[in-house]
Amino acid sequence: MPETKKFLYVNRKAPYGTIYALEALEVVLIGAAFEQDVSLAFLDDGVYQITKGQDTKDVGMKNFSPTYKALGDYDVNKIYVEQESLDARGLTLDDLLPLTWEDEDDDWAKKDSIKVISAAEMAKIMEQSDVVFSF
Amino acid sequence: MSQLHTVNKSPLERNALESAITHAVKGNALLMIEDGVYGAMQGTHKSAMVSEAMSDISFYVMGPDLKARGIDETRIIEGIKIVDYSGFVALVAEHDTTQSWL
Amino acid sequence: MKFSVMISEGPYTHQASDTAYNFTKAALEDGHECFRIFFYHDGVNNGTRLASPPQDDRDIVNRWSALAKEYKLDLVLCVAAAQRRGIADADEAKRNGKNADNIAPGFRISGLGQLIEAGIQSDRLITFGD
Repeated sequence: MPETKKFLYVNRKAPYGTIYALEALEVVLIGAAFEQDVSLAFLDDGVYQITKGQDTKDVGMKNFSPTYKALGDYDVNKIYVEQESLDARGLTLDDLLPLTWEDEDDDWAKKDSIKVISAAEMAKIMEQSDVVFSF
Repeated sequence: MSQLHTVNKSPLERNALESAITHAVKGNALLMIEDGVYGAMQGTHKSAMVSEAMSDISFYVMGPDLKARGIDETRIIEGIKIVDYSGFVALVAEHDTTQSWL
Repeated sequence: MKFSVMISEGPYTHQASDTAYNFTKAALEDGHECFRIFFYHDGVNNGTRLASPPQDDRDIVNRWSALAKEYKLDLVLCVAAAQRRGIADADEAKRNGKNADNIAPGFRISGLGQLIEAGIQSDRLITFGD
């Protein structure tokens, strides 16, 4: 297999109204086994995927938001959320799920996976990726 | 690294074109396909956004999609280049990555 | 150059499969190589042989099958997405206790790892969706 590539999963759609968010997450989980350099981007309505307090009981759908919390265990810990997208939706970091990972090189210290970045920084991350999965 | 952005939504219905323009860095290319080709037209409420971005981004539009929608080439914003499917392939090949703004 | 394509929408409702087909055909005719076409989300509906479009319309499923035959393309339907949407080959039908399969010629069903592998092995990956 060739050297490690920078994989970027771009999430721009809200959950439940369409299946893209759930099936994108399934790709990320499978992809984690391939030991590539993985980053996730949440922008536009994609930021709604990782908001707290989702409860799908009354719509009869599967609430897959807890699965995002497992990403850290799969070594998926570069999760970029766009500030402008949060602002446009009246959201702050406090509205998002606390996504963390344990750093084995730092005595398993618990660290935040989410980095809130500007649109300009997001643009750079997109451009520096080797493979972009668009959802 | 250079990136090609494809947009397949009318800018009057969704924000895909606007978001793509916001996230394209200087030297990137943007190709409008399918319903995205409406973004290439002069005289819409979104035309100025495209014209202003043209100093940093190279814009392209799919000719077959224009024709299918009855959009005459004379109504396209000046500076947007019209390509066919082979031209689309060439754009993908010329850029390191392609991001689809779905 | 080695391409791979991901298709995220089914036939007819969205133009995605049409554009993907025209793109892939042009790439192959221009001498490029296609590593894999991966059908995901509703894109798996491109792989049913039970589609019967009217005579005066294009036959999207058969068109993919024919292109696959001509260029020995690897058309892969995501197994998880296909199971949800009722697209099955003989093995899948048997495994899930269904009395019929519907996969079209030239397509095969496999896991999401095939998409990741396409990303790793190809020079370019492009997505067509909604």
